[in-house]
Amino acid sequence: MATSSSAAPIFDESALVVRAKAGDVTAFSDLVSHYDRRIFRMAKQITQNDDDAEDVLQETFLKAYTHLDDFQGNSKFYTWLVRIAVNEALMKLRKRRSDRTVPLDEPIDTGEDEVVREIAVWDQNPEDTYSQEELARILDEAVQSLKPAYRTVFILRDIEEMSIEETAEALGLSISAVKSRLLRARLQLRDKLTRQFKRKGDDAFAYL
Amino acid sequence: MLTCKQFLQELNDYLDEGLDPKMRADLQRHVEECPNCWVVCDTTQKTLKVYKGMEAHSIPPEIHSRLMAALEKRMKQGPCGRKVEF
Repeated sequence: MATSSSAAPIFDESALVVRAKAGDVTAFSDLVSHYDRRIFRMAKQITQNDDDAEDVLQETFLKAYTHLDDFQGNSKFYTWLVRIAVNEALMKLRKRRSDRTVPLDEPIDTGEDEVVREIAVWDQNPEDTYSQEELARILDEAVQSLKPAYRTVFILRDIEEMSIEETAEALGLSISAVKSRLLRARLQLRDKLTRQFKRKGDDAFAYL
Repeated sequence: MLTCKQFLQELNDYLDEGLDPKMRADLQRHVEECPNCWVVCDTTQKTLKVYKGMEAHSIPPEIHSRLMAALEKRMKQGPCGRKVEF
């Protein structure tokens, strides 16, 4: 592979942010192009609606551009973007379902109601059993069935793979609040997916 | 020996490897001896794995175009931070 001298350009977030702050619009566009799919996916998962997700996407980057000077670099640029996007997405959600939505900062019932109902091993790797589209649909539906307060924490921590601290910062929550919501979210999803993926009884094998 | 309830309360840190070695060893012992908690732990790990494997697909081109058009319009108004419209 002696000819492959041109490696893919390395994405250097902090260098791009410095250039963007200095007024380099190309650098800002590069940041947008790098993160737009993740912001859009996250917005869609929170709002559960394509149109709202697009609004959130635009508002997020417009606000980020307008307030770029306020970004001090104490956190990652992406965490800062997520914070803007989550606020925008939750506003959409509250506007749309103001009667039923649990606000993000509302105390969550951390009682001991059963969150582990299904105890069964999984059949095999779901990635091998379902097509990508089917699997994505199953996973999306499971996430969307969570309350917004749990859903948002799960999306940031386990889908966007932010740390507990970054998730807490992005959502304006304490570390312990993030942890307790995350545990609840993970167990509820485990429960839902187990119903889908659990090993079938002997009957299922009769056809094989 | 930890109870199942105690095990579940520590499950996050157990999965995220954010525990002191003593607590980790206690949880490890519990999960090895308790079939139910083993299943819960295993299937929770698998749950996280399938979600982490989900890729963010490219956004539809028209959505990207509209985003870039909106930004371009905003950029023409001048350098960032000058307008206060938060």
